[in-house]
Order: sequence, then structure tokens, then C-alpha cells
Amino acid sequence: MKALLPFLAVVFLVLLVIAGVKAAGLYFIFGVLVPYAAAAAFLLGFVYRVVKWGKTPVPFHIPTTCGQQKSLSWIKPNGIENPSGTGGVVIRMLLEVLLFRSLFKNRKTKMKGEYLVYGWAPWLWLAGMAFHWSFLLIVIRHLRFFFQSVPAAVQSLEHLDSILNWGVPALYITDVIFLVAVTYLFLRRVTLSQMKAISLPADFFPLFLLLGIGTSGVLMRYQTRVDVVGVKELVMGLVSLHPSVVSGIGTIFYVHLFLISALFAYFPWSKLVHAGGVFLSPTRNLSNNSRVARHVNPWSYPVKVHTYEEYEDDFREKMKMAGVPVERE
Amino acid sequence: MYNGGKIIAGLVIFLGLVTFPIYYSVGKANPHPSPSLDTPAINQMKVKHCVESRSFMRANHMRLLRGWMQTVLSGKGCVYVSSTGEKYDMSWDTCWNCHSSKKQFCDRCHQYMAVDLPCWKCHSEPNT
Repeated sequence: MKALLPFLAVVFLVLLVIAGVKAAGLYFIFGVLVPYAAAAAFLLGFVYRVVKWGKTPVPFHIPTTCGQQKSLSWIKPNGIENPSGTGGVVIRMLLEVLLFRSLFKNRKTKMKGEYLVYGWAPWLWLAGMAFHWSFLLIVIRHLRFFFQSVPAAVQSLEHLDSILNWGVPALYITDVIFLVAVTYLFLRRVTLSQMKAISLPADFFPLFLLLGIGTSGVLMRYQTRVDVVGVKELVMGLVSLHPSVVSGIGTIFYVHLFLISALFAYFPWSKLVHAGGVFLSPTRNLSNNSRVARHVNPWSYPVKVHTYEEYEDDFREKMKMAGVPVERE
Repeated sequence: MYNGGKIIAGLVIFLGLVTFPIYYSVGKANPHPSPSLDTPAINQMKVKHCVESRSFMRANHMRLLRGWMQTVLSGKGCVYVSSTGEKYDMSWDTCWNCHSSKKQFCDRCHQYMAVDLPCWKCHSEPNT
């Protein structure tokens, strides 16, 4: 049920756009208004979420570490696992953002006879890397639709991606990796019992959306085919803010575009916004200098204190009379 | 905001990157690639038509040509029967007879879409 509902939601989106374009002919709505609305929801939502996070105080200094902290000069510190300054934090963040290092450290624990053993479990890391990097390359490759004269870097990437030269049009390696990785990420949520237990509709919806986007894109390129020149004219109209309806593009393109619009509009309001959140995770972006600098809780209010010296000043005579020793006569 | 400077700097960089195509393209002309159909052979046609329909050719010409290549190379003949029943020779000359200029026809859209073609590694362009 937790997977069925999001699946039906994506099916509904696909049927909605097919009905809207094919039956009702709402090309302006699905070709112009929906992409603009999705872009606005994405940009405004992203800013809103990040500013909201920025306004949230971090009460404790909570970097997570798994290396030697910088201390005495003769003890070798681990500058990346336990950064003591900005430089180490930058390296740690880069490794985290680009290579998902925390995920790589995942270990599997198992009882082998009477011993507890730790095994290497890189599959989530591997699928995550494959998915994120192939998705990034696919997005960069799509920039050929966004520039009148296509940048040389985009052309080189496209050339590399289709280097197998299989079929016409040539197969992109990233297309295969993307679909395989997303399928794995879905299967692990329905086959592993622990994963199944903690998976929510909000975990399945983006996966189905991504599968829908990938499948519609792959079908459009390798099977159904659409007039790509028309597609580029539509996209160039959108990005130059002179939108126009271009006729003669197949329905499958509108399915692809609508699912992407749904993904973008959904992005800032869902778990997908970890794209921005990873930069703001206190356990990753704080340097472990809690013995050097005092972290003051931002919401601490000034507490009225009454020190022992003041107490003694108040009661010195009475304390002497009672024979209680005082620090100052 | 806490660490507002860094967070806003990061946001500005992100927004700048994702909206780059917009402010790069806004206000610039978007000329249509308009492949030229102005050749003597096409002008003489009473009903202008290609091997298959215009919409089919726009989306599928590369697969059609690939199919021709495979059919000819595998020795299964070299006559293509179109969906309207007309017969065509499976040869580049069938293309070149009408579309006599590669620069005025093929290259227009291929450059617009930055398509990386393997065709001309073996085949030559029309002589005209």
C-alpha cells in the first residue's frame, strides 16, 4: 500500500498529461504554464527552505568524528575525519557531497558462530553514486536544448556518453546506469524487510517519478521518437522568456516534461531537498574545535547568577558567628 | 540568520547556476534552423513529398537511413517501398537528388542540435 499509492499518483500524472494534450489539446498549459510554474515553485521553495534552515539555531556543537582530534603536538591528528579548522571541514564536505563518504562507511554486522563480524556493504553507496552522477551527466547533456549554440563541453560529454556507438540514435551509457540504479534503489525498499518496514509513500513517490522520467526519455529517444528540433524551439522559447507553442511534437515529450515539472515542483517540499540540506548538516559542517572555542547556544538568555563571593558578602558576619569558615575576612 | 553570509553566498551561486540559461538567452534572437527546401528538384515537384511523411522524416530519418544501410549491406535488396507504395532506391543519391546541398539542408538542424554524426566518415557529400 505504501508503494501502491505513489505508483498510482505517478500513473495519474501520466494519464492527466496524455488526456490534457492528446484529447483536450492543452499545449499552452502543459508546454508553457506548467514548466514555468514548476520552475517558480522550485526556485522559491528552495530559497524558502534554505533560509528557514539558516534561521534555525544550532544549540550544541555536534560534529561527528571518527579520527584523532588535534591535541598535543606529538599526537598525530586526523585532519579530515576530525577537522580542527575550516580547511579540513571543506575537504570533508567536498568528499561528502561529491563521493557520499558517510554512505561508503556503511558496514554490515552479523553473528558468525560466536563472533560478531563486520562486512563490507557498499551497495547502497554504489547505487547512490551511480544514480546521482548519471543524473547529473544527463542534466548537463540536456543543456543542448537550452543554448542556441551548444557549449563545447556539453558536446564532448555527449560524445563520451555515446561512445559505444550502439544503434541510431546512439545509446547513452548514463541512460542505462540511471535506470538500473533507480530500479535497484526501488527494489531494495521492497525486498529487504527492514527497508520495507521504514519506507514511506514519500520514499517511493520520487523513485516512481524518476523511473517515469527515465522511461519516457528513453522511449522518446530510442523508440517513439519526436521532432527534437521542435523540442529545442519550445525550450529556447521558454528560457528566452518568449514562450510559444510548437506544434508537431509527440505526446511522449509532454509526458516527459510534465513528470520533470512535477519533480521540480515537488523537490523543495520533500526529502529531495537534501541536495541543499547536506551543506547545512551540523554534524558534517562544524569543525571539532569544542576544546578551543566555546560554542554559545544562540537562544541562551542571560541567566541571573549569584556567586559564592556575593553569598559570602551577604552572610559573612552570620557565618563567622556560626563558626563557618569564610574565604575572605 | 546564523552564518547568513555563507548561506546566502551559497544560495546566490546555486541560483546563478540554475538560472544561467535564462539570463544568457533572454533578449537574444532564436532563429529557426529552417533547412532549405529551395532546390530545383523540389521546386519541380507538383506535390512536395519526401520518401515518407514530413513528420515521420523529421523524427525518424536517421533510423530509416540506418535501416537502408543494414538492408543493403546484408544483401536483402536495395529497393525501399514506402508506406504509400512508392519505390525508392536505397541510396544516398535518393536523398541528394532533391536535397542537393548538405550545407543548406542537413547541416542546418544538425548544427542547431549539435548532433555528432558518423555518416560522413564514410559517405561523401553531393557534388553540387
